[in-house]
Amino acid sequence: MKSTLFNMVAVLFTITLIASAGVGAVNMITEEPIAAAKAQATTEAVANVLPAFDNNEVQEQEIDGMSIKVYTAMNASGVVGYAVESMTKNGFGGAIRMMVGFLPDGKIYNVNVLEQVETPGLGTKMCDEGNALISSIKDKDADEIKFSVKKDGGELDALTAATISSRAYYDAVARAHQAFLVASGQKSEADGVTSATATSENNEGEAAQKGGENE
Amino acid sequence: MNKLQIVLSGILKNNPTFVLVLGMCPTLGTTTSAINGMGMGVATMAVLIMSNLVISLIKNFIPDKVRIPAFIVVIASFVTIIQMLMQAYVPSLYASLGVFIPLIVVNCIILGRAEAFASKNGPIDSILDGVGIGIGFTLSLTAIGAVREVLGSGAIFGYSLGIADYMPLVFVLAPGAFLVLGYLMVLFNKLAKK
Repeated sequence: MKSTLFNMVAVLFTITLIASAGVGAVNMITEEPIAAAKAQATTEAVANVLPAFDNNEVQEQEIDGMSIKVYTAMNASGVVGYAVESMTKNGFGGAIRMMVGFLPDGKIYNVNVLEQVETPGLGTKMCDEGNALISSIKDKDADEIKFSVKKDGGELDALTAATISSRAYYDAVARAHQAFLVASGQKSEADGVTSATATSENNEGEAAQKGGENE
Repeated sequence: MNKLQIVLSGILKNNPTFVLVLGMCPTLGTTTSAINGMGMGVATMAVLIMSNLVISLIKNFIPDKVRIPAFIVVIASFVTIIQMLMQAYVPSLYASLGVFIPLIVVNCIILGRAEAFASKNGPIDSILDGVGIGIGFTLSLTAIGAVREVLGSGAIFGYSLGIADYMPLVFVLAPGAFLVLGYLMVLFNKLAKK
């Protein structure tokens, strides 16, 4: 079709009008189901890391400049646990978001990674059932865990060939623990978390090990 | 050209990845595993079929000088609509493919086929071209993803082969993508020539 100023303006205007009307209409139809699906996903993620409960309350905190949500799960007899939606920016591929479930006595009930962009086959093992990371903290009292990997002088296992991802994982769990302490009233203000990454004390060993460290 | 030939040409003679060499950004970026490559391929195919159909229907009303912006608006709207529908009604699929969807807008295969095929052919042929190119793209991405997954992380479609510790990690990282793409391209063209 030959282009004239009039038909170019008219056609582009019509196409953008129809397209935006279409997108707008679909948005109106899907807005509610999307919100419902998101709420459903959150409820499932909370249910996944805690024992059975009837309802939950949300509370938001800010630790190290990241917003951390705490879901307090309750049933008729009181609080059954706290699910903390925590995150870290120290992953190998970027941010990692996870849900960490704490029982009221501070035991880690379960951990579920919600979002990660780690290297497939290495860091992504953090999502597997019963991997080295979760099995070294599951059912343990979070108050007594020093959140750092063995390579950094801690006592927790790391994933093979994925030390940075493992550090990031524990970094997020440690941040969740801080949020839990505040939410359960054991502390008035959360501390920042830096311990999960290498500290200056073991820098020498760190440099020596750098060669064998991927991810 | 008969109907079957249109579909086959998208898979072999006009294979978008190995012959036309279009859409390299999503190809290199998403093929870290076979299933990721396949997901990107299928999502692209859905958009490609829809945009080819609509563009072949409206091609006679679009002035030549503004056809590219008109195509882009159509494609971007479809991608947005598909993304919202998936998010609303099949959240599990969205959870695994969601990250790839916005990438499709910038995939030059879609615009390339709109320009090279759909704007010159009828709606039925355009749909078939979308199917053929879509299958070609999906197969190529799955092949690249499978090779990278086996070589890099010792697994295939997520099933571990138990050899992960002996495999060179580089294949799941960016340099490995270029290596695998290059060698598969050589192999494909060598076989296709015969």
